[in-house]
Amino acid sequence: MSEKGSVQFEGVSKRFGEVVALKPLDLDIQPGTLVTLLGPSGCGKTTTLRLIAGLESASEGRILIGGADVTHLSATYRRVSMVFQSYALFPHMTVLENVAYGLTVKRVPKAEAHARAEEGLAMVGLVGFGGRLPSELSGGQQQRVAVARAVVLEPEVLLLDEPLSNLDAKLRRRVREEIRQIQQRLGLTAIYVTHDQEEAMAVSDRIIVMKNAEIAQEGTPEDLYERPASAFIADFIGDANLIDVDVAASGAGTCVDLLGRRIELPLTTTIRGAGKLVLRPHQMTISNKPAAYSLPAEVTYAAYLGSQIQYSLETKAGLLFASVAPRAKPFTVGEHVHVGFDPADLRVVPA
Amino acid sequence: MKRTAGLWLLIGLIGYALLPWYLVGDAGFWRFGWLADPLLLGPSALVSLFQGRWWLAAPLVGIAAAAMTLGLCTKQLAVARGLVGSGALGLLLMLAQGLLILGQGPRFGFPPGASQSGMGAGALVVAAALLFVLTTGISGLGKGRGDAFITGLVGAIVALVGLFVFYPMAFILVRAFELRDGGGYGFGEFLPRLFSPEIWSGACVVGAGWCGPAVNSVVLALATAAGTTLQGLAFALIVTRTEFRAKKLLRVLSILPIITPPFVIGLALILLFGRAGTITVGLHELFGIEQTRWLYGFWGVWLSQMLSFTPIAFLVLIGVVEGVSPSMEEASQTLDADRWQTFRYVTWPLMRPGLANAFLLAFIESLADFGNPLVLGGNFDVLSTEIYFSIVGTVADPAQAAILSVTLLGLMLAVFLIQRQWVGKKNYATVTGKADSGRNAALNPVLRWTCYGVAIPWAMFTAMIYALIIFGSFVKLWGYDHSFTFEHYVRAFKIVVRNGVHFVGSAWDSYFTTLWIAGISAPLTAAVGLATAYLLVRQKFALKSAFEFSTMLSFAIPGTVIGVAYVMAFNFPPVELTGTAIILVIVFVFRNMPVGVRGGIAAMSQLDKSLDEASIMLGANSFTTLRRVIMPLMGPAILAALTYSFVRAITSVSAVIFLVSAQYNMATAFIVGRVENGEYGISIAYASVLIVTMLACILLMQLMIGRRRLRRSDRVEAL
Repeated sequence: MSEKGSVQFEGVSKRFGEVVALKPLDLDIQPGTLVTLLGPSGCGKTTTLRLIAGLESASEGRILIGGADVTHLSATYRRVSMVFQSYALFPHMTVLENVAYGLTVKRVPKAEAHARAEEGLAMVGLVGFGGRLPSELSGGQQQRVAVARAVVLEPEVLLLDEPLSNLDAKLRRRVREEIRQIQQRLGLTAIYVTHDQEEAMAVSDRIIVMKNAEIAQEGTPEDLYERPASAFIADFIGDANLIDVDVAASGAGTCVDLLGRRIELPLTTTIRGAGKLVLRPHQMTISNKPAAYSLPAEVTYAAYLGSQIQYSLETKAGLLFASVAPRAKPFTVGEHVHVGFDPADLRVVPA
Repeated sequence: MKRTAGLWLLIGLIGYALLPWYLVGDAGFWRFGWLADPLLLGPSALVSLFQGRWWLAAPLVGIAAAAMTLGLCTKQLAVARGLVGSGALGLLLMLAQGLLILGQGPRFGFPPGASQSGMGAGALVVAAALLFVLTTGISGLGKGRGDAFITGLVGAIVALVGLFVFYPMAFILVRAFELRDGGGYGFGEFLPRLFSPEIWSGACVVGAGWCGPAVNSVVLALATAAGTTLQGLAFALIVTRTEFRAKKLLRVLSILPIITPPFVIGLALILLFGRAGTITVGLHELFGIEQTRWLYGFWGVWLSQMLSFTPIAFLVLIGVVEGVSPSMEEASQTLDADRWQTFRYVTWPLMRPGLANAFLLAFIESLADFGNPLVLGGNFDVLSTEIYFSIVGTVADPAQAAILSVTLLGLMLAVFLIQRQWVGKKNYATVTGKADSGRNAALNPVLRWTCYGVAIPWAMFTAMIYALIIFGSFVKLWGYDHSFTFEHYVRAFKIVVRNGVHFVGSAWDSYFTTLWIAGISAPLTAAVGLATAYLLVRQKFALKSAFEFSTMLSFAIPGTVIGVAYVMAFNFPPVELTGTAIILVIVFVFRNMPVGVRGGIAAMSQLDKSLDEASIMLGANSFTTLRRVIMPLMGPAILAALTYSFVRAITSVSAVIFLVSAQYNMATAFIVGRVENGEYGISIAYASVLIVTMLACILLMQLMIGRRRLRRSDRVEAL
């Protein structure tokens, strides 16, 4: 387990005075993977990242990087680099000086430091920008400098704290692909913090979803989407309509009681009694006629988004949210319709 | 950790074995003659130890224990604990021998016949070494994120503040419990003396004669605070909310108090309104109004304090008035409120906490003021001058000075706490990081003309006072002989060029002393202040709020009280500094430190924290980060702190006046001496030279900062 680049937490917790920022946590991050810490603000994901960085010290527990105990080692001496949300480029140094900074404070000879910094800049496609000041670069370029500065030190672990949140939507997609490519090319262990679930799904090998200072669920992007363990995950990873149901076993599958109607689901679950049905908006159909599995509903709101139309629908099971492909004649507000679904798409989570 | 601790042990050992342990005159040490002859300035601790001063083994115990720890322990935690233990042991033993064996002999008769003088360079180095061994050990325990530089910095500042703020304050407290007639110490007389009518009599309020200095001080402070706050508000409103043409001139007013020695305004008032003053004489000749000495009393002191402190209130209130976001007022106007309603229901309530803050600041300034009441007080006794007179008066009564100091300190601390707790929290700061593009609402005409009416005559009066200071230095004898002369300047600043340049004027000596002492203390003040600010803004450690409070405390301690405390504490071993230049430097550093801290906090709060975290993550340690990232970005703040502490060191009088000596006289103390002799001409001439000197410094700084701003915007954000 002491492979270079692995990160382990053994019962690590963090308190700031009375406030518990992180409940005792066990983590095991495999070398060479990109793991995302995902969650709403205040869930403890940034605290976890800063504990790995050494910018916070653990209240309890042990932190191991590459198998070595670094719990009491200061950030200066951990072989870990970080890309900051604000980039944190030093405004009084040129781009090259910024990238070479980590090497020069380690007393690498200046010529070698500059050569390696140039290589770093080449890797992120910024050859020839070394002489500029950070303020003379665009947001996306600054972001790349920050990445180059972090990776030229050849860290065991690269930490990224919401690295894309200061970029506009289009650029964000391009830069996240670049980050993923660099990570895979160098075989770095990367730990990535974000609150954007789409970003997390797009870049991660594994995602750790956090809530209320602890892990809510951990797995591959597909695990989380297809097999949510709780209503929170179902709602947080992709959108979901959650409907209260009674759950019971039925042969090899499961059956739920939805508004007095028994529906057989082709899935196994340990949940019995009160539960919630997960209904993804894009898996729903809307029609004027009832289908095999459908609910009567009234359209209360409709929004035309080009590639799709989003409807809010009042049903006996509560307000549902559906997103369907546009059709020649959209449904209008006040219209009575039927919302259909396929039992194979349904998931059940604890209430 | 082992390497750092070992290095400090070595330094400690050198200090112990080679440097002179005792302080023998303060100038010789800096001439470095002792490098050639280690015993030139007296024996080192090691030599003294063999000469029979066995108690000097105390620090050696700590050094030896630490060395053994380094030699014997291998586990990190054991080494850390050992270092903490031996460092603390060494410091404690060293402190004990210093406090128990004094110049006149041992405190409790043991060891018999032992005596020693104040600690010197050797002791300083050994103490520092032991302290840093201790803090290195603490960092090894994982405190301060395991960074020896951080724990060392905290330790150094705590030790310095402890030695130069709390230790002398303890003396005042102890002396306040002294019994009359040399009867030792006791609680019996403390409360009766503290609340005696001698201090607290309020008889004059009901017209029955005489008031105690405490009552006088409080009444004066209230009157000054109310007056300056109103004046300051009028000025601030004019500058921010009207189309007044000469705004720049009004702004100039705000830097005047920084460069004005505290009693200069009092002097100018004497020249105008004193018994032989121009206006008094003029009124007498024109209207036959009697020439009186009304100026020497409450009204005179109040007037001079108003002139001195209105600019401070102005400076504070500009920030407050500008802090009210225009979008709030625009919101109010779009909701159909007229200008008066907007001011009454939006602007005014938003400014109220700021006004309270300005009021309390002026209250504190007035309580602590020493120069104005000294010059104009007459029979109107206030606490700060009473403290002075009970030390230097015909009947020296240090115990009474201590009681008065405790009273003044109590008042100051109470106001200081009110200001921090109450106003500090109730602050609707509407200044956000977002750029506000709106414009402040203009004042309505009635309010505008009221402000003009209040502020403009006052501004003209202030300008006249300053003009008079310059003018007064060029006339022979004010009030009697107004013929033009350079006589005062010649007497003070005469230079003879004969076989080289000779500075024969009577003021040169104190002028040069002032400049070099201010020059030494300014960088030290800036360094201590900014280091403290760095710790407060950027680091987390146990008891941080207590640390912050204690560093800001010296702001609440009036200069006179500091002066008395230093005289009491540093007049005899173990730390014997009175009469040296060192004590002047120290008093400036710790008096002005809060200014550096505040400036540093403001500047550092504008530097994104992720900048230093990025540096740390890239493998730099705290010291490298401070040097290569923070310091370069704080250039203007450092320069401002330097200039400000330099200028404050030149204008300070209250604490200094107790600490000057024949050898090290300061400009302000020199001028006070001339004023007491009635030599106004030379006093004013000297003050003018000081003002010009400081003005030059400030302009130079503005020039340097101005040039820097061209390259970089004020607010540095992480890019």
